[in-house]
This record gives sequence, structure tokens and C-alpha cells, in this order.
Amino acid sequence: MSMNSVAIRSHESMELIFEQAKKRQRMKSWIKGMLFLLPSIVLFGVFLFYPLLRTIYLSFFLTDASGETTVFVGWQNYMNIFTSPIFLQSMKSTFLFVLYTVPITVFISLFLAIIANEKLKGTGFFRTIFSSSMGISVAAASVFWLYLFNPTMGVLNRILEFFGMDAIGWLTNPDWALLAVSVTTIWMNIGFTFLILLGGLQSIDSYLYESADIDGAGYFYKLRRITIPMLSPTLFFVVTVTIINAFQTFGQIDILTQGGPQNETNLIVYSIYREAFVNYQFGSASAQAVVLFILILLMTALQFKFGERKVHYQ
Amino acid sequence: MGQVELMNISKSYDKQKNVLNEINLSIEEGEFFVLVGPSGSGKSTLLRMIAGLEDITAGTLKISDQVVNHLPPKDRNLSMVFQNYALYPHLTVEQNILFGLRAKKVQKEEQQLRLTETAAMLGLSSLLKRKPKELSGGQRQRVALARSIVSHSPLCLMDEPLSNLDAKLRANMRVEIRRLQKKLGLTMVYVTHDQVEAMTMGDRIMVLNDGKIQQVGKPITLYNEPANVFVASFIGSPKMNMGKANFSSDMKQLVIEHEPHIDIDPATVSKRLKEASITIGIRAEHIFPGTPDNTTHHVEVVNVEHLGNETTIAFEIASDLWTAKWPGQWAINVGDNVPVSITGEYLCFFDTESGDLIRPAMAGKSQEVIAI
Repeated sequence: MSMNSVAIRSHESMELIFEQAKKRQRMKSWIKGMLFLLPSIVLFGVFLFYPLLRTIYLSFFLTDASGETTVFVGWQNYMNIFTSPIFLQSMKSTFLFVLYTVPITVFISLFLAIIANEKLKGTGFFRTIFSSSMGISVAAASVFWLYLFNPTMGVLNRILEFFGMDAIGWLTNPDWALLAVSVTTIWMNIGFTFLILLGGLQSIDSYLYESADIDGAGYFYKLRRITIPMLSPTLFFVVTVTIINAFQTFGQIDILTQGGPQNETNLIVYSIYREAFVNYQFGSASAQAVVLFILILLMTALQFKFGERKVHYQ
Repeated sequence: MGQVELMNISKSYDKQKNVLNEINLSIEEGEFFVLVGPSGSGKSTLLRMIAGLEDITAGTLKISDQVVNHLPPKDRNLSMVFQNYALYPHLTVEQNILFGLRAKKVQKEEQQLRLTETAAMLGLSSLLKRKPKELSGGQRQRVALARSIVSHSPLCLMDEPLSNLDAKLRANMRVEIRRLQKKLGLTMVYVTHDQVEAMTMGDRIMVLNDGKIQQVGKPITLYNEPANVFVASFIGSPKMNMGKANFSSDMKQLVIEHEPHIDIDPATVSKRLKEASITIGIRAEHIFPGTPDNTTHHVEVVNVEHLGNETTIAFEIASDLWTAKWPGQWAINVGDNVPVSITGEYLCFFDTESGDLIRPAMAGKSQEVIAI
């Protein structure tokens, strides 16, 4: 009897020791993991999480010119921006801009990627050319386009003149400015999207095409039934990233139009910049930034909800 | 006139060394023809050339008496099963099977008819709505087969279709593919690196090495009369035991690298045998357990494998490791000194320099016939 109870007790104490040893090991591996994560946690914290929280905080205050909070105003900043015609105009411009740039960018780069993926002589050269705009900074590209758009000596107007048409004030005419900026943006984004889509195309198993060849499928049948579905994860990624990028456009606006003419190209990020660093209204600028953040979050969530259904992951 | 005819077919990439050299071959209608060889021997390239996925560098390829060198794959009226099955991951089993028929714009009713027929034949009827990733390896294999059968092409090409399956499933599928081929009367060209698959499935086998045909023939012929040292060591498991050998001065004995002497009947030694430097080969099942009457040698066992129905014993002969395969269970341990019987009538003789067969074993074949 006593022997038995001793045995049971020692069994229980063994369990306890095992449990403690396991706990210690778990703790150790947790600390190790944290150590590895520390650099990125610190960097993200300083440059991302803190500014984010600070922005939300600021959006409920009025500030002085140096950004110090002065008066707590609650939701007043938000109410002001949603009644301000300038902000509503900039929202409209932003959505139009997304609508102009995203589909065309994706469509053109998909086309270029498909033709550059053909096994022909000299495709390497064209791949380099098509992806080269990725290597050009926004500022350099904008200045380059600034010259093309120049009303008197710009190439575009020269071409129009050659065909006997009137010159267009590409960046000064309210009807044309947003389109001109869109064309610039499309040109700049094609490099990146082209490269990603080409990578996606090349990762499609060549056996699928060979099998389709034997089955007697034609070029467009293969394109429709194999290439596009197999590319859908990449397409989805590209669309998401391009939309986010379009919402965050700043550099080309600053250089080409400064938001003009008549606020037609005053996209939301540029509007935030002007509110904060030209008008020194950090409170309402922060409110706009928060609205933009929520907007992008919503758009991306919607895409994942509705777009991902049509995506075939392997 | 065969259904597939290859005349002096060669293949080279970028005008470099030939991957395939002057292949001449005729595959009969309704035949199960196996291309076998080690990896890099060019067997898959040859199959892809028949399919039209690779260009033919030189030579003529005829399918059903028509030169097809210039035709794209879809106009050659054949089907193909790939090693990794090449199923479309985004399509269901049904869509996968019908992919080719839709591409060729076969009538809807005809499509459904063939689909139900094929699915029933391969036991896929309940899986038609699934995606390939929801299938097991064996089921994927069946879908790939179904896709090839549904096209009703008379010629079917298979590129190592069983190499991704486990051993048990592979044995099942071997039988199934063979049955299907016979039932549908397909002409099959089947590529494999596995000599067991080649032996068990093929009506005829072609052994390929380094882009050259080593031997074409019935499985049993290849086993009994291997045309050269390569075929001898490639076909059969365990591989044929080989060793360089010389005749003793009185021609009554054969000496394998100084050490073991094998008695030989001088009357059977032809002139050619005497003149060539020879390599002998003997199948593992032709080294018999020694009885007091027939023991010719004693060997020290270095490894024993007990397989239940048979026992394989490895021992050193000269510098090589030889194996003997004995039916039944033998209580032998490593290190034992075992009596064996190695006799001249079971030896194959090869020319050491060219590797070609000089004389096949005299006794082995007759024994096989009796065994059947």
C-alpha cells in the first residue's frame, strides 16, 4: 500500500518536472524569437506604429505651426474635411486617377509580359527595355515628362502641330491635367508590374502547354484556359499593389502640377502635404491621412473578399 | 510497315554532340513498346520527338505511313501522359479530361459520352467535380490516363508515368495500364528508367544508352541473350555477375582474374572465344547452392538478404561483389564459408574491348523454357 502511494507520488513529481522543463524550453525559444524580431520591431515601432498612433492622436486636435497640440476639438477636423469642397474634389480626383491608371497599367503590362515571354530571338533586349522604367526615380521620370508636356517645345505638342492640330496645355488645362499625370504614372508603373507578371508567367509549368499542344489547343485557347487562370494569383497581387500605389501618388503631382489647375490633380496625399506643410494645419492633415488609411484598408479588404474567389492558388 | 517508323533519327542541341544517334526503329500497331535506359540516355528526348515537342535534327519520322517531321503535335493524332501528369490545377477532373475535346470542338453529346465511358473505365466517376489537389497520387495518375484515352488517338506516348507513385501503387498501375492498352488496342510507346517496368509491361523493349540503341527485342531475349555488357548489367535484378576471364593453357579451365577456376568443356570453346579477351557473365540464379556432388567453389559470404521466398548471398570474386539468388530460406550468416556450384554452361561470354556478346549461356535458356 505504502509502496504504491510512493510510486504514485514519484510519478506525479516526475510529471511536474517534465512540465517545468517544457515551460522553460518554451520560454527560451520565445526569448530567442523575440531577439531575432527586435530589430524590425524597433524600426517598425519608430517609423510606423508611433507615427500612426501620433497621427490618429493629432487628428483630434488643433495645432500651432510647429505641430504642437493646442485645442482638443474631437471629431471637428473630420466634419470639416468632409464638408470642405476642396477635400471632396481631391477625393473625386483620387478615385478618377485610380480608375484611369490601374486597369490600363495592368492591361498594358500583361500584354507586354505575354509577348516578352515568347521564346523568340532578342526577347531579352525587350524585357530589359520594358522593365527599365522601374529603375528610374519618380523625380527623374517626372522631369522627363515635364519636357514632353511643355506647351511650346514639348514633343507632344510638336506632333499635334505637325498634324495641324492646336497645341494642348497638357498640365495647365483642367480637362487634360489629370489625364496627363495618369499617363506619366502608367508609364512609370509599367516597369514594376511588367516584371512581376513576367515572373508569374515564367513560373507556369511548361508541361501544361505541351500537354495542351498535344490536345490540339490553339494559342488563344491556351491563353484563356491556362495562362490567365494560372497567372491569377500574380494578377491579384499586381492589382492590389497598383491600387495602393495609385492612392499614395505624390511625387509626380508635386513636380508636374502642384495640384493645379483648379485643384484637378490635387490627389489626396498631395492635399495632406499641402494642409500640413503649406497651411500648417496638422490636425486636419492628420484627419485626412486617417481617412486615406481607412480607405485603402477598405479597398484592399474588399478586393480580398471579392477578388480572391476567382484566384486559383496552386 | 509499322505504325511508328524512325529512320536515321538524330538529335543534337546547338550543333553540339549528338544526343541521339541514327536511331532506326519500327513500332508495330497495337504493340506495347518500351524505351528503357539510364537517365540521360536520350529516351525522353526520343519520345518528345515522336510527340512533336522537340525538333528532329536529322532523319525521317513516319506515323501511320505519313512523314510527320514537319507537323505540330496536334496534327499527329496521338496522346501523351507526362511524368508529372501535367494536370491543370485550376480545372476540375471533368474539365481536365475534356480539355482536349473542347479545344478540338468535339460535339457536346459526344464529349459527355466519351467522358462517362472513360471515367467509368478508370473508376473516376465519383471524382469528376474535384480539383487535382484534392486527389491522391494514384487518382491523379488515372486522370492523366483518362485524358489520354478520351482523345481516342490510336497512339499513346507515356513518359515515366509511374515514377511518382509508391511501390505498391506502381505495381497495380503497371497491370492496369497493360490491360487498358490491350483492351483498347492502343499502340503504346512507354519510356521508363526502371528495368522491372520494362520487363513486365513491354511486348518489345529497346535499351538505349548514350543516345545509341543497345538492343531491341522481347523482354526474355534481352534477359537471356543480352547483346552487350551494358544490356546484361542493366536488365535483371540483381544485375548479372561479371568478371574478366582467361583460359588456362590447357583450355579446360577458365580463370577469373587469377583466382577462381571454372571447369569448361574444351569442345564448346570456339575459335573466336580463344582469340578475344573475354568478360564472362552469370545470372545470380545460375549460381547454385553446392551439394556434395556438384560443389565447385567455396565462397565467403559478405552479405545475406532474406526475402522470405528467396535468399540472396553476396560474396567476393576477384575484385567484384557477386550475388547468388537461391529459392527458399537458407540459414546462412555473414562470414560463413558456403559451397556453391558455378559451371561453364551458364556463362555468357562478352568481348572485353567492344562489350559485345560472343556467346550466350547455353543452359540458362533451356531451363527457362522448362520453368514455364
